[in-house]
Amino acid sequence: MITKRIIPCLDVRNGRVVKGTNFENLNDVSSPVELGKYYSDCGADELVFYDITASSDGRKLFTDILTQVAENIFIPLTVGGGINTVEDFDRVLKCGADKVSVNSGAIRNPDLIPRAAEKYGNQCVVISADVKRVNGEFHIFAKGGREDTGMEAISWIKRCVENGAGEVVVNSIDTDGVRGGFDLELLKLVCDAVNVPVIASGGAGCEQDFVDLFKEIPTIDAGLAASIFHFGQVKISDLKQTLKQNGITVRI
Amino acid sequence: MIAIIDYGVGNLFSLVSSFKAIGVEAVVTDREEVIRAADKLILPGVGAFGDARRKLAETGMDKLVLQEAEAGKPIMGICLGMQLLFEKGYEYGVHDGLGLLKGEVVSMEGVVPADYKIPHIGWNGLIIKRENPLFRYIKDADHVYFVHSYYAKNCDDSLLATAEYGPELTAAVTKGNIYGCQFHPEKSGNVGLNILRGFADL
Repeated sequence: MITKRIIPCLDVRNGRVVKGTNFENLNDVSSPVELGKYYSDCGADELVFYDITASSDGRKLFTDILTQVAENIFIPLTVGGGINTVEDFDRVLKCGADKVSVNSGAIRNPDLIPRAAEKYGNQCVVISADVKRVNGEFHIFAKGGREDTGMEAISWIKRCVENGAGEVVVNSIDTDGVRGGFDLELLKLVCDAVNVPVIASGGAGCEQDFVDLFKEIPTIDAGLAASIFHFGQVKISDLKQTLKQNGITVRI
Repeated sequence: MIAIIDYGVGNLFSLVSSFKAIGVEAVVTDREEVIRAADKLILPGVGAFGDARRKLAETGMDKLVLQEAEAGKPIMGICLGMQLLFEKGYEYGVHDGLGLLKGEVVSMEGVVPADYKIPHIGWNGLIIKRENPLFRYIKDADHVYFVHSYYAKNCDDSLLATAEYGPELTAAVTKGNIYGCQFHPEKSGNVGLNILRGFADL
């Protein structure tokens, strides 16, 4: 039986892992290679590396770090951040990434997903959607959650999947950093709308939040979090035991 | 030395790193003399069956692999590389495979229940059907990482392991010196490394 996946996300700037609350107030935590190895050893099913570097020097450093991570860690790696062109896909895939996550790049350039999917296959293309409630509607936000695009989220995600995205990460800006649980209302809507794997992101504060996620939405595939793992509030090995005790299929 | 056959399909970075991690010499190559000199061969591959089959033919690797297989050299196909070992593939048309194993590669569409997502992506437990040295360092129900939309059916006596995804789908095959894994051992953590070690130690 296929297992539910637990995915730590590592935001990387200038070669170091950082994590902010509501995308701001970033704190340095650790080295991507060390942290990646640590997570892999304690049972993470996959790692997401998000490049939040703005400069080209930082970008070079990121790909160097990514190569080091990929040489040492033998679980799937997804890379996001600064992916605007098919050449960007090429750049990170060559460094050992397995999947590439696009966000603002897909908003700016509607051709990016179909072109990347054609070249690398749907399984390689992940759409990462930052979603926030605006006047009772779910909107897609761009630029790291700072800019409301005005686009309705569910139909936009559906379109991305039709265009070739093989996986969806749904990041709720409303619940991100609050640690009050995943945005179950939003996630249910996305799971009902698409037939590719959906990864929940934003809001996990404790083990029970993951239990609730997989119990409430049986069709969700994975839960993603950052700070609760980095700061040790939730240990992945303990989390998986808890999930197993609750009848949820996990890899232990 | 293990030769990882380079015919322009897929990302070989992780395979090379995996062998390095277990201390086994492996090279990515498209050179005939290196492939002939190798103790064992890996046939990798991601993408579509027809496209990969065409590239195998264009690079002349298909004939080379068939000759080395005939000579008894252990060969392991991974993911699409495994699928290419079979007789036929039905992805975007009908294509002849290498025919080293009996069976055909078909879509999961209509085979797995309607609420199962395609591709089959993620970690799934191996249901090992019989003993084989390839799996000497792993055990039944160990998890490995899959990414695929097509699967091999009617594999007959080559079936080595399956994974449950609605029905049981072919996960690993072997017959004589020919081996194949539908999953990605190079992405399957320690279990995957132990499978590669099993192959290296054949």
